[in-house]
Amino acid sequence: MAALLEVENVSRRFGGIVALDGVSLDAGENEIVGLIGPNGAGKTTLFNVVTRLYRPDSGALRFAGRSLLRTPAHRIVRRGIARTFQNVELFDTMTVRENVRVGGRYGDEALEVVGLAPLAGRLAASLPHDTRKRVELARALASRPRIVLLDEPAGGLDHEEVERLATLIRRLRTELELAVLVVEHHMNLVMGVSDRVHVLSFGRRIASGTPAEVRNDPAVIEAYLGSAA
Amino acid sequence: MSRRLALNTAGFVVAALVVAVLPRFISSYHALEWANVGIYFVALLGLNVLTGYSGQVSLGHGAFMAIGGYTSAILIAHHGVHDVWTIPLAGLVAGGAGLAFGLPALRLTGLYLALATFAVAVAFPALARKFERFTGGNAGLVLTLHTNDWLYYLSWSIAGAGLLLGWLVLATPIGRSFRALRDSEVAAISSGISPALYKTLAFGISSFYAGIAGSLVAISTAYVNPQTFPITLSLFLVVGLAVGGLGSLPGSVVGAILIQFLPTYAAHVSKQAPQVIEGAILVGVMLLLPGGAAGLFRLVQSSRQP
Repeated sequence: MAALLEVENVSRRFGGIVALDGVSLDAGENEIVGLIGPNGAGKTTLFNVVTRLYRPDSGALRFAGRSLLRTPAHRIVRRGIARTFQNVELFDTMTVRENVRVGGRYGDEALEVVGLAPLAGRLAASLPHDTRKRVELARALASRPRIVLLDEPAGGLDHEEVERLATLIRRLRTELELAVLVVEHHMNLVMGVSDRVHVLSFGRRIASGTPAEVRNDPAVIEAYLGSAA
Repeated sequence: MSRRLALNTAGFVVAALVVAVLPRFISSYHALEWANVGIYFVALLGLNVLTGYSGQVSLGHGAFMAIGGYTSAILIAHHGVHDVWTIPLAGLVAGGAGLAFGLPALRLTGLYLALATFAVAVAFPALARKFERFTGGNAGLVLTLHTNDWLYYLSWSIAGAGLLLGWLVLATPIGRSFRALRDSEVAAISSGISPALYKTLAFGISSFYAGIAGSLVAISTAYVNPQTFPITLSLFLVVGLAVGGLGSLPGSVVGAILIQFLPTYAAHVSKQAPQVIEGAILVGVMLLLPGGAAGLFRLVQSSRQP
C-alpha cells in the first residue's frame, strides 16, 4: 500500500518536555490506522504537528509524496487533510449547516453522510455531546479530504454510540474512500476498526503492526501496565 | 432564513421612517444630539465587526476616529475640499491605518491586543500636537458650519448605509470566517481560514467605519483639536458596545444613545461630579445587562488561549 501520509523522525519539545522524540509512522491510501498510547504519549501533539498548528523541531512530513513543511496550517485542508479535536471545537454561535459550510463546499453532502441533515438548522451550542462530535466530523468531511484525523472520536460516548461510530468510520473508508488516522483510548474501537495500529509512549513509537500483533507486543503491555501501576 | 430577512427588512424600514420624521418633533438642539447618536452608531458598527464578530478587543478606536477626523479637517481646511467628499476618503485613510495596525497586532491576543490599541489612543493626541503644520496643533482646525438638521440627516443616512453594508459583509463568507475565528481559532484554521488575512481585514473594515465616524465628528463640530478625540472616547465606545450587545449590529444604537446622553444626564444630577455619577451609572448598567458586559469579559478571557 502506497503511503499517503508519512511522518519521519519528527521531534517536538516544549521547554524541557520532549513531546515527540523521533517519531516515524505512516498511513496508506484508504487505510484505517489507529494511534494509541497512554496519556501524555504525544498523540495529540502529533496531530497538531501534522496539521501544522505546531512546528516540528526536526523531522519530515510528507503527504501524497510532497512535503507538508511549507504548507501553512490554514492550507492543510486544501492539501486533503481534515481533522477533529479532542475537546470538540465547534463554532457554537452558528447553526449546524453553517458549521459544515465553513468546513468546505460539500457541507450538505457531509451532513447526509453522518445523518445530521434533519438538524441542519439547529444551533451548534444547543446539541448534545455525541451530536456535536458528529457535526465536527461532518465539518471535517465537508472539504472532501483524502485523510481525516480523528482525535478521540469515542470520548464521552456511551456503548451504543461507540458501536455506531465504528460503523461510521468503516463507511468513511468504503463509501468516501478516505484514509482515517484515529487517536483513541477506547481499545475495542481501535482494535475493531484499524488495519494497523501505531503505539506511542513518552513521545516515542514503541510498536506498530496489526491489532493482533500490537495487542501481544510485550513493550505495549509494559507501557500500559507500567502507566497503570 | 428568509423570515429573518423579512423581519430585519421590516425593522429597518420602520426605524428609517422614525429617523426620517424625528426632526419635525424635536428642537434643533436635540437634532444635533441625535446626529451625534448616529455618529456613535457608525463607530460602534465598526467596533462590533472587530470585537463582536471577529473577537478582537480594541480599546483604541477613538484613535482611528481621530485619523478620519483629521483627514477630513485637513482636506477641508487646507485644500478646500467639499466636506461631504472627505467622508469616504477619511474612511479609506483610517481603514488603511487599521490594516497597517492589524498586521503587527496579529501577534497579540486578548488583553495584550487591548493594551496595544489603548496605547495608540493614548499616543494620538501627542502626535496631533507634534505635527502642528497639518493639524493646527492645540489651536486645531476650524471648518464649515452646517445646520443641525442637515447634520442629523447626513449622519443618519450614513449610519443607515453603514448598517446595510455591515449586514451585507457579515452575510458573506467573510463574515462567517470572522465568526469562525472568534468561536474557535484552531477549528477555523484547520477548516482553511487564514487568521492573518481575516483578522487584519476585520481591523481594516472596523477602522473604515471609525474613520467615517471621526470625519462626521469633525464636520458636525466644525472644529477639531487634539481634545476632540480624547482617550475616554475609546473607552466609552467599548462600554457602548458591551451595553448594546456584542455581535448585534442594530443593538449598537442602544450603545450609541448611552454614549451620547449619559454624560448630559449625569451633569444634570450634579454639576460637581458628573464623571463619578457617569462611572456609577455605567457600572450599574453593566451589572443589569450581564449578557453584554460578561460577553466582553468572556471574550477577553477565551481569546487569551491560542
